Amino acid sequence: MAAQQHGMVEKRGVGIWFTHAFMILGVLIIFFPIWLAFVASTVTQADIVSPPMPVVPGDQFWVNYKAALFSGVNVPVATMLFNSLVMAIGIAVGKIIISLLSAFAIVYFKFPGRTTFFWLIFLTLMLPVEVRIVPTFEVVAGFGMLNSYYGLIFPLIASATATFLFRQFFLTIPDELAEAARVDGARPMRFFIDIVVPMSRTNIAALFVILFIYGWNQYLWPLLITTDPEMNTIVMGIKQMFPSGDDFAHWPTIMATSILAMIPPVIVVVSMQKLFVRGLVDSEK
Amino acid sequence: MEKRVTFRGWLLPLALIAPQVIISAVFFFYPAGQAVWQSLFIPDPFGLSSQFVGLGNFEFLLSDKYYRASFVTTAVFSTLVTLCSMIPALFLAVIADRLIKGSGVYRTLLIWPYAVAPAVAGVLWLFMFNTRVGVVAWYLSQLGYDWNHVLNDTEAMGLVVVASAWGRISYNFLFFFAALQSVPRSVIEAAAIDGAHFWRRFFTIVLPLLSPTAFFLLVVNVVYAFFETFGVIHTITGGGPQQATTILVYKVFSDGFVGQDLGSSSAQSVILLIVVGLLTVIQFKYVEKRVHY
Repeated sequence: MAAQQHGMVEKRGVGIWFTHAFMILGVLIIFFPIWLAFVASTVTQADIVSPPMPVVPGDQFWVNYKAALFSGVNVPVATMLFNSLVMAIGIAVGKIIISLLSAFAIVYFKFPGRTTFFWLIFLTLMLPVEVRIVPTFEVVAGFGMLNSYYGLIFPLIASATATFLFRQFFLTIPDELAEAARVDGARPMRFFIDIVVPMSRTNIAALFVILFIYGWNQYLWPLLITTDPEMNTIVMGIKQMFPSGDDFAHWPTIMATSILAMIPPVIVVVSMQKLFVRGLVDSEK
Repeated sequence: MEKRVTFRGWLLPLALIAPQVIISAVFFFYPAGQAVWQSLFIPDPFGLSSQFVGLGNFEFLLSDKYYRASFVTTAVFSTLVTLCSMIPALFLAVIADRLIKGSGVYRTLLIWPYAVAPAVAGVLWLFMFNTRVGVVAWYLSQLGYDWNHVLNDTEAMGLVVVASAWGRISYNFLFFFAALQSVPRSVIEAAAIDGAHFWRRFFTIVLPLLSPTAFFLLVVNVVYAFFETFGVIHTITGGGPQQATTILVYKVFSDGFVGQDLGSSSAQSVILLIVVGLLTVIQFKYVEKRVHY
């Protein structure tokens, strides 16, 4: 049906092949940097330092990836991957939990100071960590949280976006459900756990995808607070692999690390594409 | 909008909201307050005491030619990033929308760069344009063009713009594509029957219908260029050559952490706070209302 409607307007035949050709060209251009990084991660340093480097993969895949994962430059990349995973999951799960709780309180209770709290949370929308780095760094240092997972996670956890998203969603839950729960004598937390959370699971999943990427891709904050290489995250650790001074960077290791750094978020985005698109639209609008 | 049915009690809701409020207070409001407070002082060189200077730090900043240059750099940078990410995205979305089959496959492939962190994108583009080993730099030199973003301001700016815009193309593509899919086919067909060809239909019908999405993306991309591109700049140019790619966020970092000039860095934070505030207000006030559906 849709195809027929479409057919009324669009030319078929040659036109459609041109359209595909344009699209493929676009995809190739967009993909080129990733492809080149992959190729560089499968050849030797000698192949790269005498330009032009090859544009098809070589046979050093296992050698380079093993070297990166288990030795790295300052610290094994496996360690950095683990740190990134803890940080990304910590931020995603932490944000979702505190936002679910506070949105539930704001929507389902009338308590003194409710409006004030609502606006306080709203204001945090306006304060990206990049803007308040120096004082936030001092706070975290004061708590002794430098080089710790707490320090990586907590300052990035409080955000109004998730709270607003859940608030909007809770407002659409039929009042009859809360009423029935009250008539049955269910406590608020029972209602929260048995009804509200299960009904929100699609929103939770969509938000998880977005927040995981957000946490994984953080750069400035880990750069400031993880002075110990053992605590580096992979995204900030790549830059640390470049030698200072005039030496050649070891490109195969660096590019293997770059590929490893993009695999987890790419898997999350591609495998949960529908949720991801939905999460994007929900969290931005 | 309010709920008709609410639960009684005030201790429980306070306990529920406490984690978020406490974390916001400790990691948001206190540091922001500190930034405002410190912006009014100049610490002595040993960091032992500080002297109250009122708005002195701000006066100094606004008359500082490096800071003003950083404002201009930020404006140029964010305009270019927004244009370079929105136009190709719109183009790709229009093409994808014409396809009945296969647009899902293209979409899946085009999403990839979004998942790549800005800092990693920086490393990928640095690798292609590296003056010694970069493939693109090498081919340019074969064509007789001597690429050197380490020394050339314009080339440095071009490289950080492209590296920053690259991942955003995916993001903008998704929004434009979704918006195009929701344009009613009947309207397009009516225009087609009246004899309007593709580009005419595009400019008179489709583009006006896309304007809410486009305006929304405009604001979001400017915010991105202002605040989330630190990784790209830090990996590719480190703000250089000289200060050619030092955007405001980068300057807060380099003055505060590298230069250890806390008073100035805090004053810059406060100015950025005002900028974010304005952008957020614009986002909320006008995105939904101003543009016609």
